[in-house]
Amino acid sequence: MENMVTVFLFGKKYEVPESLTIMEAMEYSGYQLVRGCGCRNGFCGACATIYRIAGDRELKACLACSTKVENNMYVATLPFFPLVKEVYDIEKVKPTERIMMQLYPEIYACVGCNACTKACTQGLNVMQYIAYAQRGEYEKCAEESFDCVMCGVCSSRCPAGISHPQVAMLARRLNGKYLAPHCEHLDVRVEEIREGKFEALIESLMEKPLAEIKELYNTREIEK
Amino acid sequence: MYTDPKMLESIKKVEAAREANIRLDPRRMTAEEKDVLLRTFHPDYRENQFAVLQFGPNKGEKVPTELAALLQGSSRLLGKTVDLAHPDYDTDVLIIGAGGAGTSAAIEADNNGARVMIVTKLRMGDANTMMAEGGIQAADKPNDSPAQHFLDAYGGGHFAAQKDLLYKLVTEAPEAIQWLSNLGVEFDKAPDGTMITTHGGGTSRKRMHAAKDYSGAEIMRTLRDEVLNRQIPVVDFTAAIELIKDENGHCAGAVLMNMETKELLVARAKTVILATGGAGRLHYQGFPTSNHYGATADGLILGYRAGAKLLYADTLQYHPTGAAFPAQIYGALVTEKVRSVGAMLINAEGEAFMNPLETRDVSAASIIRECSERGKGVKTPLGDAVWLDTPMIELKHGEGTIEKRIPAMMRMFGKHGIDIRKEPILVYPTLHYQNGGLHITPDGQTDVENLFAAGEVVGGIHGRNRLMGNSLLDIIVFGRNAGKQASEKAKSVTVGALTLGHVDAFEAERKAAGCEAETISPRLLPNYARRAEEERR
Repeated sequence: MENMVTVFLFGKKYEVPESLTIMEAMEYSGYQLVRGCGCRNGFCGACATIYRIAGDRELKACLACSTKVENNMYVATLPFFPLVKEVYDIEKVKPTERIMMQLYPEIYACVGCNACTKACTQGLNVMQYIAYAQRGEYEKCAEESFDCVMCGVCSSRCPAGISHPQVAMLARRLNGKYLAPHCEHLDVRVEEIREGKFEALIESLMEKPLAEIKELYNTREIEK
Repeated sequence: MYTDPKMLESIKKVEAAREANIRLDPRRMTAEEKDVLLRTFHPDYRENQFAVLQFGPNKGEKVPTELAALLQGSSRLLGKTVDLAHPDYDTDVLIIGAGGAGTSAAIEADNNGARVMIVTKLRMGDANTMMAEGGIQAADKPNDSPAQHFLDAYGGGHFAAQKDLLYKLVTEAPEAIQWLSNLGVEFDKAPDGTMITTHGGGTSRKRMHAAKDYSGAEIMRTLRDEVLNRQIPVVDFTAAIELIKDENGHCAGAVLMNMETKELLVARAKTVILATGGAGRLHYQGFPTSNHYGATADGLILGYRAGAKLLYADTLQYHPTGAAFPAQIYGALVTEKVRSVGAMLINAEGEAFMNPLETRDVSAASIIRECSERGKGVKTPLGDAVWLDTPMIELKHGEGTIEKRIPAMMRMFGKHGIDIRKEPILVYPTLHYQNGGLHITPDGQTDVENLFAAGEVVGGIHGRNRLMGNSLLDIIVFGRNAGKQASEKAKSVTVGALTLGHVDAFEAERKAAGCEAETISPRLLPNYARRAEEERR
């Protein structure tokens, strides 16, 4: 028999095997999850969770899918958090400081408490990327926030009401579209295809007898 | 953290052989060797795991037993009445599913001026797209061409791909990358803007574009943001449980079910796009899966019942490198990019037993052989596994490479006390992708008039095995295509009186075939909730 630990799911006590993740512990306890469960592997941010270990003053945040249960863990999931998502036209915005002031002015009300960073389930330096956003340094904001899964725990802890994941989302799109170096070879290839440069090549390949295509495939040169 | 003495002993062997292994470039298998290997060890060849369909559009063909039960299952509407005369929603284009294909379709249909509505059983972006790590292929470099891309994918898919679909995939690939880039997706680039591209298993040119190892997540969150910016209606936590047709037999909407309240709703539409994704959560043959919670083949069931034919539904992709240890991440995807950037597959004895960049089906079969017939697997609590020697990456490309190129992998294992920069990781094949699915023509339409499909729910683009990076590509190319075509078609459609007659007809067909329904379908979600009272029985 596996070692069991005591967990309190929304305050109610259950005994579960100690090797389980919080998400698996909920299922072990009989919950059929609809909300608060997504990719089950730390990429989608559906399973933001707040917990406290009995006797510990510190409130912690994690993703339920990728955090193991601990003894005397009090768990509350946060399957939805009302982030502010402002609507904009990516073709019309410019990557200047002004756009943040227009869409997310509350970032300038940051009091520097660092609660967002402490709460981040991905271990990101959230307050730092907000600082970059304040200064219009979108490339740095994009890089610092890149691993964000938009679970919203940071925002749940913010006294200034900042929607950090949405701020970072805007910064990344501005960076990707306007600030990152432009790719010339991609434009060239799209144009070549538009002009029909490769049509004859592929069509002649497709029309070849199967044996010939197989031969071409099996003897093709592989780039080192 | 590794504590098992046998594992630690094996790690010592891996470390001892590392310097020598790095210098190896194990030869690629010949076509004959691959053929024998697949027939002997690939799960698609385990005949007793498949069942023959007894009725419906694919009668007489074999599919995995779990899928057969659902395809031949009874409707969730059996014994219920639905008021089709008063639809709750009325739209031009109804999109079922909100992953990469569904959102791409929505954006293009919106561009074309259509009224669009998305329904999704979880949240927008809860999809396999979000979990795609490694990258997206496109032949956009001077030493490459769409024809070369075609050859790689056609051969990798065992010469079974539907040629017209594959042609579309490879020729529209560069434009797909450009489209994403213009939406603000951040691709890995050199300072001069050149795309940083790598190999995937079975590619002959380095054409894998990536956004670190969050490629799919970066694409998905950008598409989601764009759908929100356009204020396209998204009805979340609402599943489609049956398609609706009109009196002319054309697809004209869907019956929806609120996942929380179970309320039934009716959506009427001029055209419908199925973009419901894959089936990993059906756990074929008991395999773990790298898939999203909602990957339960719903679109195949809905389409099949409405008369759409499936193509290659008997072929699944087992990703060679699922996490095999620790148990908390069992089956989770270890991106192929780990091999693209230099890690090799090593057995318990420290031997590099294969070229790490064979196609996925060959790699998976080879790992299964190593762990079974050859007895050179590493014992873990959940079965045998082989090493993926990640520390090689930094020996080859320098310190810091792992954090820069595969940060998600570093984080996933780091959470469990394994530093992939210093220690190798244990892997075993995991159920990853359904190669087969609904048959479509190049305009994205299924065999049912006005029913379109895009993304993993489609079969035929990749043949019988898919190359890494061609799925992220296919959801964009065929998602956009479906959006354009379905919105264009909607302009000339007049919807007749709605009917669910095809559902009754399907029931009648079952009876005529003498087939008992084993279950109701679509499944919608896997059932992982333990029922203590059932265990006691």
